[in-house]
Amino acid sequence: MQPLRRITSRTVIIPSTDIDTDQIIPARFLTTTTKEGLGQQLFADWRYREDGAPNPEFVLNRPEARGAQILVAGRNFGCGSSREHAPWALLDYGFLAVISAGVADIFRGNALKNGLLPVVVDEPTSQWLLQHPGAELEIDLEATRLTLPTGASISFAIEPFARHCLLNGLDEFGYLRSKLVDIERFEAARA
Amino acid sequence: MTPRTLFEKVWSAHEVVAETRDTPAVLYVDLHLVHEVTTPQAFSMLRRNGLTVRRPDRTLATMDHSTPTHSAQVFGSVPIKVDAAAKQVRQMEENAAEFGLELFGMRDARRGIVHIIGPELGLTQPGMTIVCGDSHTSTHGAFGALAFGIGTTEVGHVFATQALLQRKPKGLAINIEGRLQPGVTAKDLILAIIGQIGVSGGTGCVLEYRGSTVRALSMHERMTVCNMSIEAGARAGMIAPDEVTYEYLRGKARAPRAQDWEAAEARWRSFVTDPEARFDGSVQVNAARIEPMITYGTNPGMVVPIGAAIPDKKGDEAFDKALRYMGFHGGEAMLGKAVNVVFIGSCTNGRLEDLQAAAGILKGRKVAHGVQLLIVPGSQQIKRQAEALGLADIFKAAGADWRESGCSMCLGMNGDTVAAGQYSVSTSNRNFEGRQGKGARTLLVSPLTAAASAVKGSIADPRELL
Repeated sequence: MQPLRRITSRTVIIPSTDIDTDQIIPARFLTTTTKEGLGQQLFADWRYREDGAPNPEFVLNRPEARGAQILVAGRNFGCGSSREHAPWALLDYGFLAVISAGVADIFRGNALKNGLLPVVVDEPTSQWLLQHPGAELEIDLEATRLTLPTGASISFAIEPFARHCLLNGLDEFGYLRSKLVDIERFEAARA
Repeated sequence: MTPRTLFEKVWSAHEVVAETRDTPAVLYVDLHLVHEVTTPQAFSMLRRNGLTVRRPDRTLATMDHSTPTHSAQVFGSVPIKVDAAAKQVRQMEENAAEFGLELFGMRDARRGIVHIIGPELGLTQPGMTIVCGDSHTSTHGAFGALAFGIGTTEVGHVFATQALLQRKPKGLAINIEGRLQPGVTAKDLILAIIGQIGVSGGTGCVLEYRGSTVRALSMHERMTVCNMSIEAGARAGMIAPDEVTYEYLRGKARAPRAQDWEAAEARWRSFVTDPEARFDGSVQVNAARIEPMITYGTNPGMVVPIGAAIPDKKGDEAFDKALRYMGFHGGEAMLGKAVNVVFIGSCTNGRLEDLQAAAGILKGRKVAHGVQLLIVPGSQQIKRQAEALGLADIFKAAGADWRESGCSMCLGMNGDTVAAGQYSVSTSNRNFEGRQGKGARTLLVSPLTAAASAVKGSIADPRELL
């Protein structure tokens, strides 16, 4: 994985609360056996019309969304199904971070393991962001701070081990495998 | 010793390495359940790194999510309708063969929904840690196991190490007292709880369902309750084992036998919350006041008693958006609304007792004209049992479509879908937009309410037909 230290980007806003992973990537696209190309189907049922043409009203189809790497969404983002296809689709599309007043547990874990940064902010910050689409933000993972265009700087919490892995481009798997001796010892003690 | 909760006991019994400020715990996994949809990329990871599945003996694979339910596609020569699903099924077969995993394949008599077959075989046992690349893994918590859904990367981690990196969740007690009224089921109970605490009320927590109501529930009812813990955002849901649990497990194909049983049961009995143990939070639920419940919106927390009206929350954008999708308005009554499709099945309500409940209403009655009733058993074993007990005949006589087992219309991956704009009264677990098909409108209910609504052709109170 590429180290992730700082993200500077405009935001794209999807204000809905409780956006479930079925919206992020509908189940009919889960028949894939790879991770690639899922960005095409990101938010498919909101993004495309019945005939497959882009829905011009959906934010990702508007010119101002192009190139944005930060998605701001309503609280409880990523609830529902455990499908890792959700962070895969967001990353494949080009997002590097999701900011919300709340992120669902399984989604958060899946996102962090793939280099997509979930940033949980307090309700006032969330409301400010939702009301200022296209705001230029800086997310500094090293300092765990989010800087708004107003100059306001907000600290956010992130699990220390996940942060360490993201900053250094490390895969958590390497650490887990380094514990295989302990796992074997645990099994032997239980047998 | 410090008093501990059920969850804390199971957690600490599986801590290979304890968590620190800087590092998560290494948690041992007793049982890894595998299905065709969330594993292909994990097998690819193993292959890329030259790794094997470390403990095939603790791994069981089946096919459920994308498998067809038409007998001709499962057992006959008719090809699987959805091409990509057929490919996924083939890959599961190849991956299981390559990595030496036990697989209940397409035509295996033991195949079924992953969360139905674990308990059915007696593989799911108290005090275990169980994971699967599926959020409804919480179902197995009904046995006092710590069971939770994981992503595909973590599936790869478990394949390679039989362990996971995890932060310890908080514990939330759901204290339930009072007797469920006739016609009110475990499904109504869990829908009412989600309505009470909200779809993110359990975030970061393992729920423990406690109290006299829970003690009175059968195993299949406990599974229905724990199954939907994830719909409250919880990491897992648990119920302490008791005589009901042991009675269920005794004699099951993969449960401990003979003298092993006594040792196992003695160990299982320790997996209860100590009287003085403290939770991080608690919620009180009065079960006696719960009525048959039905969802009206696009998440399981948007739920009302069946006789109630849809709430009116003028100005709440998310709420209005959900009602627009559903084609409903605040203040409307739920009873009597038109129904196009009724689905009875899923890991929530696809067990034999669910089918028996539905059959009780459908016996001697007909599905209303213009309504499609699809009944999909949770496993092939349940299918055979339902046929032996005459339930399938009751369903067919009523005009229902009786199928082979699988997840089917719960998420519509296999082609069993609801058309755009249609109303589906469903015993499944998610009423998200498009969950049962693009544009489909899902109303979550119990098997009793589903059967009653199929007969009436509109949303109906099952108590009128009991």
